[in-house]
Amino acid sequence: MVQSLDTLIETPSQTGGPYVHIGCIPTFAGLGAVYPEDLGLRAIEDGAKGEIITLTGEVVDGTGWAFRDALLESWQPDAAGKFAGQVGADPKVNGFARFAADKDTGLWSLRTVKPGRVITRDGRLQAPHISLWIAARGINIGLHTRVYFDDEENESDPLLLRIEQRNRVPTLIAKKTAPGHYRFDIHLQGPLETVFLDI
Amino acid sequence: MTSTKIDLGPLVPRRRDMHPVPYDPEYKTSVPRSPRWSLLSMESTPSEETGPRFGHSVLGPLDNNLILNWSKDGTGAIGERVLMHGRVMDEFGRPVPNTLIEIWQANAGGRYRHVKDTYFAPLDPNFGGCGRTITDDEGRYQFLTVRPGAYPWPNRGNDWRPMHIHISVFGHSFGQRLITQMYFEGDPLIDRCPIAATIKSRSQLDRLVAPLDLSMSRPLDYLAYKFDIVLRGRRQSMFENKLEGM
Repeated sequence: MVQSLDTLIETPSQTGGPYVHIGCIPTFAGLGAVYPEDLGLRAIEDGAKGEIITLTGEVVDGTGWAFRDALLESWQPDAAGKFAGQVGADPKVNGFARFAADKDTGLWSLRTVKPGRVITRDGRLQAPHISLWIAARGINIGLHTRVYFDDEENESDPLLLRIEQRNRVPTLIAKKTAPGHYRFDIHLQGPLETVFLDI
Repeated sequence: MTSTKIDLGPLVPRRRDMHPVPYDPEYKTSVPRSPRWSLLSMESTPSEETGPRFGHSVLGPLDNNLILNWSKDGTGAIGERVLMHGRVMDEFGRPVPNTLIEIWQANAGGRYRHVKDTYFAPLDPNFGGCGRTITDDEGRYQFLTVRPGAYPWPNRGNDWRPMHIHISVFGHSFGQRLITQMYFEGDPLIDRCPIAATIKSRSQLDRLVAPLDLSMSRPLDYLAYKFDIVLRGRRQSMFENKLEGM
């Protein structure tokens, strides 16, 4: 016998199901004014400092279908690399947003500020990125990934450096399509499968 | 140690074997929606250790009362009145205070208020089906609702969801983000549900089954079910440098 560990085990995940929107973005789901507005409607408020950008993309399943019921959440720092709640953070940057794939096209979009660089615990500088989390029917545990930008210096980013198959790195890098506009498609399977994170 | 705060370390890596498998042919929609390649594992960074915080100012007075929060004239929702309560803590047993919990569920007949739900059971004009609250200083939360009905769903030939309430929790770190479901003690459909069965550890599935809690039940008013939630913890070590401002 040994001493018993007094740690607990994390509660297991379950899928958000087809009606995840009812709980997370009820106004979008058609429930009307149960809350004044859906949580996470805006990543930034007017007056946020930095480059305002719009990210657009699809969430594509293993058959190539951009599915319509994906719910996404994003979390990021302000243009100076400070997260909401930290000393000196831009008060106009909420950092968190919730958005859904369009029910007709499957397209989602996020209007936000381009994030600044953030240092890791061991002192390495990460390239600018936005964290993404995806929930939907058929996704048993939320999928976590990151969006980097193709017009930033990504070569020394600690996370991107850990990807052994270098041909998969571009799955995490949004492509600039016009000034202030980027495209980022998320592929759950197939040759373009996005790198998902256990972090 | 330059700080007396004990929660500043990296997130404890997730034990994926304690979670559902992403790919399970018995739950058909998971087949095209589960990644095929391994996840990339790395120690958490501030991107995962920080997270959105929501204050009580976002809450309305009836947000955690699903019996009344959709009612236009104060008529309560139809169904068996149930108090759902519990505590949110981390893997070290520390309470997770001031964190947002959102729930959603079918009505007493097993029907969701959603354009895509066409089940025969009627909508209840006084039931919306969503609620939210923020945990108190000790991580406790409560919702007043009705027991959701079981319902059939298109998967295998004759699959039924057990009675369940969906739960979304934020914690204090984006890496703690969790969506799960609460089941009810004694429901025979739990053991026949392919979604519940995506969790391969029986003891872990049991942790999603809320026991009837008569100690919290209010006589002549509602039954109570207890549902505690454990989120990922953050390692504490005397041997890691802590950078200013983190």
